[in-house]
Amino acid sequence: MKNLEELRNIKERALQRRKLAGEGARARIVVAMGTTGIAAGARDTMTAILAELEKRGIGDVIVTQTGGGGLSTYEPVVQIQIGDSELVTYGNLDATRVPALIESHIINGQPVTDWLVK
Amino acid sequence: MAYRANILISSEAPGADAVQAAFLSKVQDLQLEDEVQVLATTALMGAATQGIEALVYPEGTRYVNLTPADAATIVEEHLYKGRPVQRLAYVEPKVTPLPPPNTKEVRVVLGNVGKINPFDIEDYIAEDGYMALAKVLTEMTPDQVVEEMKKSGLRGRGGAGFPAYMKWTLARNSPNKPKFLICNGDEGDPGAFMNRSVLEGDPHSVIEGMAIAAYVVGAEQGYFYVRAEYPIAIRTLRVAIEQAREYGFLGQNIFGSGFNFDLEIRMGAGAFVCGEETALMRSIEGKRGMPSTRPPFPAASGLCGKPSNINNVETYANTAKILLKGGEWFSSVGTEKSKGTKTFAIAGKVKRTGLIEVPLGLTLREVVYDVGGGILNDKKFKAVQTGGPMGGCIPEQFLDMPVDYESLASVGSIMGSGGFVIMDEDTCMVDIARFFMDFVQDESCGKCVPCRVGTRRMLEILNDICEGRGQPGDIERLEELGKSIMRGSLCGLGQGAPNPVLSTIKYFRHEYEAHIYEKKCPAKVCRALIEYKVNPETCIGCTRCARNCPVNAISGKPKEAHYIDPSICIRCGICSQVCPVNAISVE
Repeated sequence: MKNLEELRNIKERALQRRKLAGEGARARIVVAMGTTGIAAGARDTMTAILAELEKRGIGDVIVTQTGGGGLSTYEPVVQIQIGDSELVTYGNLDATRVPALIESHIINGQPVTDWLVK
Repeated sequence: MAYRANILISSEAPGADAVQAAFLSKVQDLQLEDEVQVLATTALMGAATQGIEALVYPEGTRYVNLTPADAATIVEEHLYKGRPVQRLAYVEPKVTPLPPPNTKEVRVVLGNVGKINPFDIEDYIAEDGYMALAKVLTEMTPDQVVEEMKKSGLRGRGGAGFPAYMKWTLARNSPNKPKFLICNGDEGDPGAFMNRSVLEGDPHSVIEGMAIAAYVVGAEQGYFYVRAEYPIAIRTLRVAIEQAREYGFLGQNIFGSGFNFDLEIRMGAGAFVCGEETALMRSIEGKRGMPSTRPPFPAASGLCGKPSNINNVETYANTAKILLKGGEWFSSVGTEKSKGTKTFAIAGKVKRTGLIEVPLGLTLREVVYDVGGGILNDKKFKAVQTGGPMGGCIPEQFLDMPVDYESLASVGSIMGSGGFVIMDEDTCMVDIARFFMDFVQDESCGKCVPCRVGTRRMLEILNDICEGRGQPGDIERLEELGKSIMRGSLCGLGQGAPNPVLSTIKYFRHEYEAHIYEKKCPAKVCRALIEYKVNPETCIGCTRCARNCPVNAISGKPKEAHYIDPSICIRCGICSQVCPVNAISVE
């Protein structure tokens, strides 16, 4: 890292990357994979999400991970963003809930309100 | 011969025999006995049983609350005609929407946690990551950084609350060289995981804070001391350090300023005392982790006898944000002497356990009821234990006290690293004190006799009290021992070890007295002091308790009231759990 200019350029690039359209993606799914999340089954949730997307042949959804944001009671926590809208947060999202979630929120664009944390 | 279908019936519930007979006779009526097998099993659905249940395979349909007439219907409709009976099938209860999380939180340290991808440095840069380091290295002198930190009022988040700028200045002014920078990630308090979450969720914020502190202090080498029990945090941190090197935030001549800094991870092997700074540095050196006398303070003679600055994970995680947004921004929240926000791990009997970050100065009531969502099952609040095993238990009368360093100290507790264990009316305070004493006596490094021997003696007295052998004078002995352990120990472990006991004696003396003089545990927790009894009025003589008792302490004929023999009973509580009519009480 040589100077501030270089850092600013990286920041711009990173912000661009966050815009889903630029990446050719319609949605982003973020799984909280801190120790608390993993203890509550976040790995199974992650596997189920990848399997469900694969099964349905959905290729334009970015699946990524983050740390545990403190909602330990609600783990596994999954966030979904459609287009450039706000992220919505789901709690207690174990692997069994994944198919219904993907069908409702990713395919039909309807958040599953009963499972929302905020 | 293979059956086409199986019916499994829960044989535990009263009346199951009749239902099973009805299934069998209908199967025979319809001449399905070669195709359908009727089986009786015990406790089909575990604790969630609803009346007499049946599972029909291969579909796995679950029928609940069955009568003999229902059984006939199921055979005819489901097994004969192939149409599952929706009316009798179990419906998953509708999930109630989760309550919205707390609103009184202010997230600074946890701002990026749960938001960015910790394995992608550019995701951190997108959130203005490393901008503070760039600003510091290209525009500010170390003295200006210290000035800004002073304005912020940031105090060490590891527990003692020593102002961060002062610590840095001391190390900076130390004449010796080389200097070292250390991050204390040895978070060992039971139930506390604030630092782990930061390391797992936003590792670069800590790396950036350390680089800034190193610039001020004049250190070129830093050490991350993280306990080995945090494998995910360590893996995340490794990747983060690697990426920071790759992007040139660590290494030689950072931002062309001529400043060099690099980091190494050192894993702790699980000794609680290694969270104490001098013991921690011995551990990094590869020696046995034991505290040493201060002075000399680490700022003068720390790691390998060289000037060292050591701060907690959370202190460093605050640093970059303070320098980016200014000291006044940080000090705009908090109380007069405790500025900024603090992360807490809330555990115990609250509805929303987990991690929170609130402005210092919020009252205990706000933390427990607003942020924590209140007491589990709406029971009564009894006490909150702050600051880990060396903290004190704070009773209800102080619920409206602000949470800051001074207020907590004034009631005999500490801020510590930020553990918050909440207890309700069903918690026995003597038992809790014993739990923490067991922890500290186990973790005492053994260097100071009062701590090594004293904690053991205190634990023995507490064990006696909990097991019904308490004697008059025990409370006074505990107080005397506690005070001398505090006076005669070198480090925070010994100085704080008696806190849980002394504070519970101070605020819950009546519970100790009930244990000792009346041989009763008011919260009905201590096994030696309670007795399980069957209420003969309510008991229906279902024999379930007797069949489940692991030591055969329960006698009685079917359909008659049962009796528990207290001399055999081990107070495991299984009988009261399985009793269908709540006829078993604890006294």
